[in-house]
Amino acid sequence: MNPLLIVIIVVFGIAALLTLVRIVRGPSILDRAVASDVLLTEVLCVLGAEMAINHHTRNLPVLLIVAAVGVFGSIAVARFVARREKP
Amino acid sequence: MNWDIFWDTAALVLILIGALLCLVAAIGLLRFRDVPTRLHAATKPQVLGLVLIALAVGISVRSWPAVGMLVAIVLMQFATAPLSAHIIGRQAYRNRTLDQDSLLVDELADAQSSDNDD
Repeated sequence: MNPLLIVIIVVFGIAALLTLVRIVRGPSILDRAVASDVLLTEVLCVLGAEMAINHHTRNLPVLLIVAAVGVFGSIAVARFVARREKP
Repeated sequence: MNWDIFWDTAALVLILIGALLCLVAAIGLLRFRDVPTRLHAATKPQVLGLVLIALAVGISVRSWPAVGMLVAIVLMQFATAPLSAHIIGRQAYRNRTLDQDSLLVDELADAQSSDNDD
């Protein structure tokens, strides 16, 4: 196995774990929304990286759909918390 | 040196840079204090990381239909990433989930004081 490949897998894994820590710890729901956005971006990056490593294009439609509709999650959360939360 | 090996290694290096951007965003999420600063860290891999990964897929697959699809994906991300960042930052300001002491200038305060009756 290419050593570069192992480094890539480890870096992606650590990034996802650190993002999960922020999702769990909060403190506000907007922090969790931001962290969820980052986790979604990491999923996009991992899907693309898997395509590039294994030389196929089967994940391209998934990437397109996730890039298009991923924004609705954070918009829905941001509209939901409108002025109700006290710091 | 074989050209196939060269391009595959270049793709791996681009993927590694994208992965490091994701890691930097995660570290920023953990270390920064409030929502706008965390947003500042979070929006880096959303555009630059995905562009690097798309470049890697392009030079790894080397087919024009795939490149067209990748351009569509990157344009879609360009269009939607500022939307979510803007609306979360706006809501963070309105909820006061930001560190007021860290603000040097608050130009929105004047605009908000006239319509904060709800």
